[in-house]
Amino acid sequence: MTGFVWWLRDSWEMVKRNLIHIRRTPELLLDVTLSPIMFVLLFSFVFGGAINVGSEGGEEASYINFLMAGIFVQTVAFAGIYTGVLLANDLQKGMIDRFRSLPMSQSAVLTGRTVTDLMRATLAVAIMWIVGMLVGFRPEGGLVGNFAAVGIMLLFGFALSWVGVAMGALVRTPEALQGIMFAVVFPLTFVSSAFVPTETMPNWMRIFAENQPMTHVVNAVRDLTLGTDLYAAELPSVIWSVAFLAAFFPLGLWLYRRRTTQ
Amino acid sequence: MIEAVGLHKSFGDTHALAGLDLDVAEGTILGVLGPNGAGKTTAVRVLTTLTRPDAGHATVAGIDVLRHPSEVRAKIGVAGQYAALDELLTGRENLRMVGRLYRVSTSDVRRRADELLERFELTDAADRTVKTYSGGMRRRLDLGAALMAQPPVIFLDEPTTGLDPKGRLSMWDLIAGLARSGTTVLMTTQYLEEADQLADDIVVIDHGRVIARGSADDLKRQVGGERLEITISDAPWLDMARTVLEAFGEGPARVHEEERRVSVAVASHDGVLTRAIRELDAAGVHVDDIGFRRPTLDEVFLSLTGRGVVEPAEVEA
Ligand SMILES: Nc1ncnc2c1ncn2[C@@H]1O[C@H](COP(=O)(O)OP(=O)(O)OP(=O)(O)O)[C@@H](O)[C@H]1O
Ligand SMILES: [Mg+2]
Repeated sequence: MTGFVWWLRDSWEMVKRNLIHIRRTPELLLDVTLSPIMFVLLFSFVFGGAINVGSEGGEEASYINFLMAGIFVQTVAFAGIYTGVLLANDLQKGMIDRFRSLPMSQSAVLTGRTVTDLMRATLAVAIMWIVGMLVGFRPEGGLVGNFAAVGIMLLFGFALSWVGVAMGALVRTPEALQGIMFAVVFPLTFVSSAFVPTETMPNWMRIFAENQPMTHVVNAVRDLTLGTDLYAAELPSVIWSVAFLAAFFPLGLWLYRRRTTQ
Repeated sequence: MIEAVGLHKSFGDTHALAGLDLDVAEGTILGVLGPNGAGKTTAVRVLTTLTRPDAGHATVAGIDVLRHPSEVRAKIGVAGQYAALDELLTGRENLRMVGRLYRVSTSDVRRRADELLERFELTDAADRTVKTYSGGMRRRLDLGAALMAQPPVIFLDEPTTGLDPKGRLSMWDLIAGLARSGTTVLMTTQYLEEADQLADDIVVIDHGRVIARGSADDLKRQVGGERLEITISDAPWLDMARTVLEAFGEGPARVHEEERRVSVAVASHDGVLTRAIRELDAAGVHVDDIGFRRPTLDEVFLSLTGRGVVEPAEVEA
């Protein structure tokens, strides 16, 4: 068999291992099940009445329709970076030494990890979609638009998984990364179009908010789910994700090798 | 089968390996003996591709460890100092996963995993997660993982640490069996008895360097031959006992005051015992115990590594 086929098989082996972990410790799924549900409910009920997101054909636009894109992307971003915490966790255990002494494809440990986390993110999106619909989310993007929206957010999450891999290989403990993760992802989500329109921000902040990747991805998802601006503004979000992937896939691999080789 | 030349590895100021040379012939067992921090684990990690040396060169099964690590990995089984297992997988799942990653065919993986579970008396626990295993069970499963692909070369870092006496004996059987079936084994240990029992050759390492090598007998000879040792009843007679023994021993006597023990190297057994008893009696020394003693490997080890003397209170007279 060729190296590529072995790589696929080894990666799948690692995915299976991670899925067994999830089956045996279902708590591992709380961050992609309970937390997103809480977010959808809290944001829509607490802020729903207070935040004005402009009007749409004379009617006041629904905040939940506006909000969902932000919650989707925030959740997927956290799940992506969280890959690093899970990897850092693995790096503290002896199993990595076992993998490194086996004739397997060494990068499969990482692809297995990121692919599992892509599955986690997909689960989170599905749950949020359903809960969102229950509290009034009405996506109008049609089948193609909605699928494109899901594709764009998952691609972004997958790209951030590789950022997570790089960070996970750098930090000494998973706890350290957890701290860094919140310090980075929270500001990025809040200083973006995720929860409020950027128009109301102070000028300097607005410039940052409108040009950072999160906003591009949120806008693309929002446009696609609401069917307002099909396919015009989506390109930058995809470019950002691909750029992240192109930079952090090799960097993550390299840092992991360096970390595990000493 | 395993060859290492001039391996160096530093961690900061620590020279874990300082020019280590090793050579293990096919189908033999090499025992690597050394005190804590001698560099045993580092040596194993370098040879198993887990750590890159700063300098030096090594081959395993004729393959360069630094240049072709993944080809080396296909030829080796490793059971490290700490078990490398997945806590959340069952014993059986661990073995099967490792087998598949070794690229063993699916049907062989199942058969082999069952065989190893049986051999290591883990069949009853096979479907429990490793989290619930005792230390000894983990050790055994870890060795099982190393054997999944029936590799020609096996590395065992302190394979019996943490095993009970029964577990240790069955591990010895197993290791000896591996060598009999043609597997090359490099094992580290702190138990001299273990190296003595199992190894065809022993190297003693300290501060990352080999300080002695040979068979157990070679090493014993290196430290000196048999000694006549007596224990007397009353401490004040120690000086007298020494004078008597030195009269017919080889070289100076060693005196252990607290335990009222005197020993001296002897060339042969011929008449030594009767003569010693007679002369000691004539000198008025009461003897509690008398006999010949070969140096234990422990003494060899300690006198070679110089880490503490054989018995701290013992003085060269
Ligand atoms: N990753 C590391 N970072 C820093 N120092 C290390 C590292 N690994 C080993 N050392 C140092 O290198 C030296 C040799 O360590 P090594 O683990 O090889 O010894 P050992 O012979 O296996 O000891 P033990 O019998 O305690 O297992 C020690 O001084 C140790 O502190
Ligand atoms: Mg060690």
